Parts: sequence; structure tokens; C-alpha cells
Amino acid sequence: MAEQTRPEDLQSIPALLERNARRWGALPAYREKEFGIWQSWTWAETADEVRALALGLLVLGVERGDRVAIIGRNRPAMYWSMVAAQMCGAIPVPLYQDAVAEEMAYVLDHCGARFVVAGDQEQVDKVLEIQDRVKGIRHIAYLDGRGMRKYDHTHMTSLADIAREGRAAETRLGEELDRRKAELTFDHTCVMLYTSGTTGKPKGVVLSNRNIIVTSKNSAEFDHLTHNEEILAYLPMAWVGDFIFSVGQAYWTGFTVNCPESPATMMSDLREIGPTYFFAPPRIFETVLTNVMIRMEDAGRIKKWLFDHFMEVARRVGPAILDGRPVGLGDRLRYALGDILIYGPLKNTLGFSRIRVGYTAGEAIGPEIFDFYRSLGINLKQLYGQTEASVFITQQPDGQVRSDTVGVPSPGVEIRIAENGEVFYRSPGVFVEYYKNPESTASTKDAEGWVATGDAGFFDPETGQLRIIDRAKDVGKMADGSLFAPKYVENKLKFYPNILEAVVFGAGRDRCCAFINIDLTAVGNWAERNNIAYSSYQELSQHPKVGDMIQAHVEEVNRALAADPMLSGCQIHRFLVLHKELDADDGEMTRTRKVRRRIVEQKYADLIDALYGGKDSVHTETEVTYEDGRKGKISATLTIRDAAVVPVSTKAAAE
Amino acid sequence: MTDMTEGYTTADGRRIGPVLMDLRNITLRFGGVEAIKNISFDIREGEIRAIIGPNGAGKSSMLNVISGFYHPQEGEVWFRGRKRPPMKPYEVARQGIARTFQNIALFEGMSVLDNIMTGRLTLMKTGMLSQAVWWGRAQREEVAHREKVERIIDFLEIQSIRKTPVGRLPYGLKKRVELARALAAEPKLLLLDEPMAGMNVEEKEDMCRFILDVNDEFGTTIALIEHDMGVVMDLSDRVVVMDYGKKIGDGTPDEIRNNQDVIDAYLGVSHD
Repeated sequence: MAEQTRPEDLQSIPALLERNARRWGALPAYREKEFGIWQSWTWAETADEVRALALGLLVLGVERGDRVAIIGRNRPAMYWSMVAAQMCGAIPVPLYQDAVAEEMAYVLDHCGARFVVAGDQEQVDKVLEIQDRVKGIRHIAYLDGRGMRKYDHTHMTSLADIAREGRAAETRLGEELDRRKAELTFDHTCVMLYTSGTTGKPKGVVLSNRNIIVTSKNSAEFDHLTHNEEILAYLPMAWVGDFIFSVGQAYWTGFTVNCPESPATMMSDLREIGPTYFFAPPRIFETVLTNVMIRMEDAGRIKKWLFDHFMEVARRVGPAILDGRPVGLGDRLRYALGDILIYGPLKNTLGFSRIRVGYTAGEAIGPEIFDFYRSLGINLKQLYGQTEASVFITQQPDGQVRSDTVGVPSPGVEIRIAENGEVFYRSPGVFVEYYKNPESTASTKDAEGWVATGDAGFFDPETGQLRIIDRAKDVGKMADGSLFAPKYVENKLKFYPNILEAVVFGAGRDRCCAFINIDLTAVGNWAERNNIAYSSYQELSQHPKVGDMIQAHVEEVNRALAADPMLSGCQIHRFLVLHKELDADDGEMTRTRKVRRRIVEQKYADLIDALYGGKDSVHTETEVTYEDGRKGKISATLTIRDAAVVPVSTKAAAE
Repeated sequence: MTDMTEGYTTADGRRIGPVLMDLRNITLRFGGVEAIKNISFDIREGEIRAIIGPNGAGKSSMLNVISGFYHPQEGEVWFRGRKRPPMKPYEVARQGIARTFQNIALFEGMSVLDNIMTGRLTLMKTGMLSQAVWWGRAQREEVAHREKVERIIDFLEIQSIRKTPVGRLPYGLKKRVELARALAAEPKLLLLDEPMAGMNVEEKEDMCRFILDVNDEFGTTIALIEHDMGVVMDLSDRVVVMDYGKKIGDGTPDEIRNNQDVIDAYLGVSHD
């Protein structure tokens, strides 16, 4: 297996594919569960499929530089379509598949997509719905043709037919394809990814082959990833992380990408595959932990005792053993026994048995949640990244993992902290530009290549790792001049399993108030166990006992905040529990589930007035959008509660 | 009504074939009660045919006649061009008729997969003994049947509950599993007894889509009973309306909408 390719030849994903087919031809590149069985494709088969698709795209008239939109869930053929587009010199633009037609229209129009590869009928329907407004689309390809037999196929083809036509055109177009593939260099665009953006319209981040391949190489070497890794591709294809893990790193290191059978089977597919390299946002780790805890509440007494006992042992010594720090022999034996009785079976049930490198990012993760997984011996780490950086800005090295930091600069990344605390970085992964948006490009990236993250942070003097406090623009001052960091407080609240989401207000005001979203799974289960009857989310959210419980959480957070001299002013004086979940369909959150603060402020202005106006309850009517785009209204009367705050010593003296 | 001796083409361009099942002058009595009074209608190949009517109109009795569970005292049932003698329900099933039930009739303790596999029982050729030994032909046969079942699981998007015992499923999903089991028999004619009963709007929309997709992808002829008029008018190609055991209307949804007898029956005009 001699390496014949010189590194300078590996300047594109198609070039990496060619190398992998030569080097690891018989090893699995992709797996997908279909009809209840894991089907697999080797690197050689993948190369063959991608070539057939690329030739088929040439038959359809794909030109160099054309944008090819990819809309669908993680399936091998969808990934192949992206690489096939690149092979033709075109640029893949993956879109969020759960976006409603309106959002899709904006992106398709903005990127000037000429071709669309859609996963199924649902996505095709959305594209057809907006086709009269988005003029550029010439042809739609689809993967799953179910329900579309009678559609007008003059500008529509199945991917299978495209591949078939491509194979037939090998002699005619093969040379042209080889020519286009050979043209690709580090400076060609690899992919365009639209950031969901907490404010304004989405921006198209242009990432070059250099960005993706160098970043993939650096980050893969940082964690010593090999071609034996297994990953589960289940996060949205439009998200930069999925592109780096399932395309960049997968093609660089040659590991196997596994696609779940359906979104609903993700957890059981995870168990069957047992990935060695795993990424999940904090929300998934939270959900899994909540489910484990709920199941343990219902377990028999002996099992419950064993679980509690050994989890206590794990909490005490697990992280130290994982980090290779000295631990006494007795504790080591106890931990080994716990591994046989509890940790091993538990990890196996969750599908985490083989994880060598696990990452979480995107939001802050609760220390208890983080430590739970680390104490089980799962090497869960944090990273800090952005679409504009091709993900990696900082990562935690093995053995130096903390729940409140995000790690040291990734290889090749320089970091500088500005006067106002904002984090800037410069790296080979820094994006080329925002597509058709020079003003935003200029305001984000300066002439020397430094990019503003928009996040405020500092280097922890103790560990030398970066710590992120909040979005720089959200960090503000309260009326008395003390620091206001809403996200910091919200994250503290969200660490409670009963609280799904929180929005804290207080910039320029004399005190902080908050909206709370309860977590239906956790609170619902609690209600069941305590015989609390409810008929709807709304009713449960306004139940007095739920209010009491949330109030206790809020007051606990207040006590923790009071201990921090910088943030003691952010204690929450009043709060209410919202009658509906904040939702991306209503524009209240981004598709990656980050709260859009400004929109929430506008939409619920009446509730904020009530919070600050000192009322005990408020009646409100809210517009909601259903998944199919229809709108409706819900009305509710919300109770407002006062939370106890801890007086801060310095101020108390002044008063 | 349009002349339809050779079949017809629907508004959305589907080709409807010749008569698959012909019911001629059916009368069904329970003691002195006449549940069905001299009713005739036909079901054509590739068609979605609805039977509607107020409570107690005799719709379910009609479906039971078609499925061979009840034997009418008078009249003839013609299926695929041949007059059907009175037969047992399992014999009817072998002829290519499968059904779902108004009050779900699944094996609650068995997994979804096993429940759907039972739908293929009539298609299995190996005997009980060789299936118990599960070697050679019986094993190969089961693998082949499992593949068909997996395609149905994929089609109805129930992969995530494949191994779940049916008893643990919510109502809407049970209905879907029942449809899956009926489909597993690869029927020529699929009978659905109130497929949307007790469902919420979203579940109804899903079920409508599956019914249309089944008809479209497998070319299965479907006869259904349904209360939700909106659903019936959207789904079906032709509708039979029953009231007090009599047929009071038969035609396309548009024709039925404008039929005075039907309007009266649904608005509750007194019967003299």
C-alpha cells in the first residue's frame, strides 16, 4: 500500500476520494441502515458511484462554478452528490432540510442555485412551491422517488437515473470530467454553507478546499484519528460541523461514515454502530442523561442502589482515572467493579462503549452533565468553533478537560483578545468571504485575516484554556453600570433538566427578569410521578407546583451568581414560565436552536412590560406557525413570580 | 353518471381499470333485521372507493360481506370475474383481500415486526414443522418474506418501532401497523374500516398520504369506510352512500355533494 500521491496533489475532496479508493479500496467508506440491515459501500464502490453521478451531472449540463443545492437528511447518496458536484467543478450548497419553503427560497435565490438535489418528495414539493420565484433552478434531482411517479419529469430526474445516464456517457464525457477534476486546487471553493444567524438574513460562508482540507488534517492529527474510526452522521448536512466530520475529516483520514435509518431511529442506530468518534450538541447529552435518570427512577430498589452507589464512586474518581492522574488502589478496584456492573452495560446501552474521542460544542454544557459522561470513562471534550473558521478555533487536548473552558487553540490557529473582551482568531480555516456580501465580509474579517467571533471571553490563567462568557454584543451594562451577561445566566438556568430554555432581560434596566421554558419530558415525568394532572403543555407550564419548582431553581442560580462579584448584578428578580416552547418555525430561534433575543423581545413586549410593571399575572395572545406554514393563535394568562435575591455585600453597605 | 364499462381516467390522470369486485343485489339479514337491503355496486381496479353513511347505515356489514365474514342471504359477490361461493374468511384472504379493523385487532404482546409478518402467513408455503426447524427452504422463505415486510416498514416509516411491542404504541401508530399488516398480504383489494377514526389532524394527514401512496405505488384497489367527510371527498374516486341499509347515492365526490337524498340523510330529514 505504497503512497503514490504527493500531498500537493490532494487539493480537493475528489482527489482525496481517488486516493482513498486506491489506498483503502476494500474498506468501508459508508454504511446506511435500510430495510433493517446495514448496507455498506467500500471506498472503491464510493468512487465508482460518485463518478457515475458526476458524469450524469455533466450530461445534465452542470458547468464549472454552478451552485448545486443539496437538501435532505444524512444519506450516502446525498454526500456523494456533493462530491460529484465538486468533481464537475460545481459548488455544493447544503440547505437545512427542516427549513420552511420561505427560508429555502431566500437561500436558493441568494446562492443562485441552478441544480437541486432533494432527498424526498417533501423537499421536492418545497422547491416546486418556490420555483416561480427562484428563477435560476434548471433541474431537480431526487433520491427517494416515492409519491412522485406522476410529477412532471421534464426538469426532474432520480439520482439513480442520473448515475445510469452518467455510466452510459463514460466514453463521451469521461475525459471532460477528468479534466475538470484535475483543475481543482486549494483555492477553489469547496462548499458554501449558510449560517442560520441569530440576527438578520442567513449569510453564505464560502469555504475553499484549503480551508476544509488543512483544517481537517490539523484537527484529525490533534486527536490522532485514523481510518479505523466510525462516526454516525446524523446532524444537519447544512451545518459546518457535519461537513467537517462527515466529509473533510472522513475523506482526509479515510474513516467510515454511518447514516441512520431514519431520524427517529438515531439512538438505536447509535447503539448498533458504537462510534469511536462522536460529536453531539449539549442538548443530546442532556436528553440522554434525562432519559437514563427517568429510567432509574422507575428501576427496582436493588438496581437503583447499585446505580447510585457506583455513580458516586465514578463521580469521585472517574474523571481522574480518565485523565491519567494518580488514584488509590482501593478506588481503582471499586471503579473496575463499577465498570463491570454499571458503567460498561450503561455505555453499551447508550452506544458509547467504543468512543475514543467525543466532542460537544455550540452551547455551554452543564458541569454535572459533562462530568457524568467523563466519570463513566467516556472521553468527552469541548471545542469552540464557527462556520467562518471551518469549525475549529479551540479544542481540549486529552487529559486536560474542564467543563467551564473550551480548550487551547487548535493547530495553526492564532487567537487574540480585544480590549472589550471579544475573541479574534486567524487560521488556515478562515473563510474566503460571505457570498455576495462584501460589507459583512469586511466587518467580520480584517485585511490581515483576523476574524471577529462576536463572543466575549478570556484565557483562564490557571489552565491556559479559553473561557467564553457570552456573545460580545449581548454583554451589556445594567442601569447601575454593573456587567450584564444574559447567556451566562441562561446557561446556569438551563443546566436544570426541568428548564429547556431561558431568556434573561436586563440591559440598561435596574434589575434582571427572565422567561422560562419548561422541558416537557422532565417536567411531564415529574408530574406523572407526583400525580399532577394536566391536559396540555400550556396548562402544565402554569401549574402552581411547577412554578414553585422553577422558582427554587431560579433562587439557587441567584445564590450562585451572588458569589461571583462580577455577575452578582444579574440575579433574577422576577420571572414567568412561557405558555409555549420557543420555536424556530416562529422565528424565535435559529435552526440550530439558539434564541433570537431581539425577536423574542419584540414579540413578547407585553410580557416584558408586565414583568417590569410589577403585575402578578398577564393575559397574552401569541401567534404560532405550524409545521406546514399555517398560522394560528394561542392565548393564555401567565403568572408572574418574584424570586428571592441575595443582597450583595458591597452594595448592601452602600444602601 | 359516466359510462364506465371499460374503466375511466380520474381527474388527476390515474387510469382506473375494469371491475374488480361486483356486488349484485346484496341483502343481509340478522333475524328479522335487514342490515343491507338489495344493494348493488362495483369496485374497479386501481380505484379508491368509499362507503359512507350515518351511524347504523350498514357500512361495516357491507365491508364484512366483501371480506367474506358475513354471507348475504340474497345476492351475488363477483370477484375478478368469477362468482364467489360462500367461503371462510381465510379463503377470502388467500384470494387477495386484506382488511384493517375499526377497533384495532393486533397481537398486543408481539412486536410490530412480528405482527406484520403474520400478514404474510397466507403466502408462506413451508409447513409448520419445517418452519419450527428453520433450516433450508423455510429459512430462505422467511428471509424473503422479511425483506418484503421491511419494504413495507420503510414505506410506512415505522422503522423506529420495529421491535416495539404493539401494546406500548399510541393509537395512531397502531392504526399504521394494522395497515402494514394488511399490506404485507399483498392484497388485490384492501379494505379499510374507518382508518382515521380517533386520530388528530396530523395523524389523519399522514394516514391520507399513506393511503394515496399505497394506491399509487402498489396499484392496490382500496375500499374504505370513513366518517370524516373532508377526508372521503379528498381521497376517493367514487363514493357509495348508504342509509338505513339502502343505497341512496353512488358517484364521484362532486356528484355525491350535490345529491339531494344524501344531503337529506346527513341533515336528518325524517323518513316516512
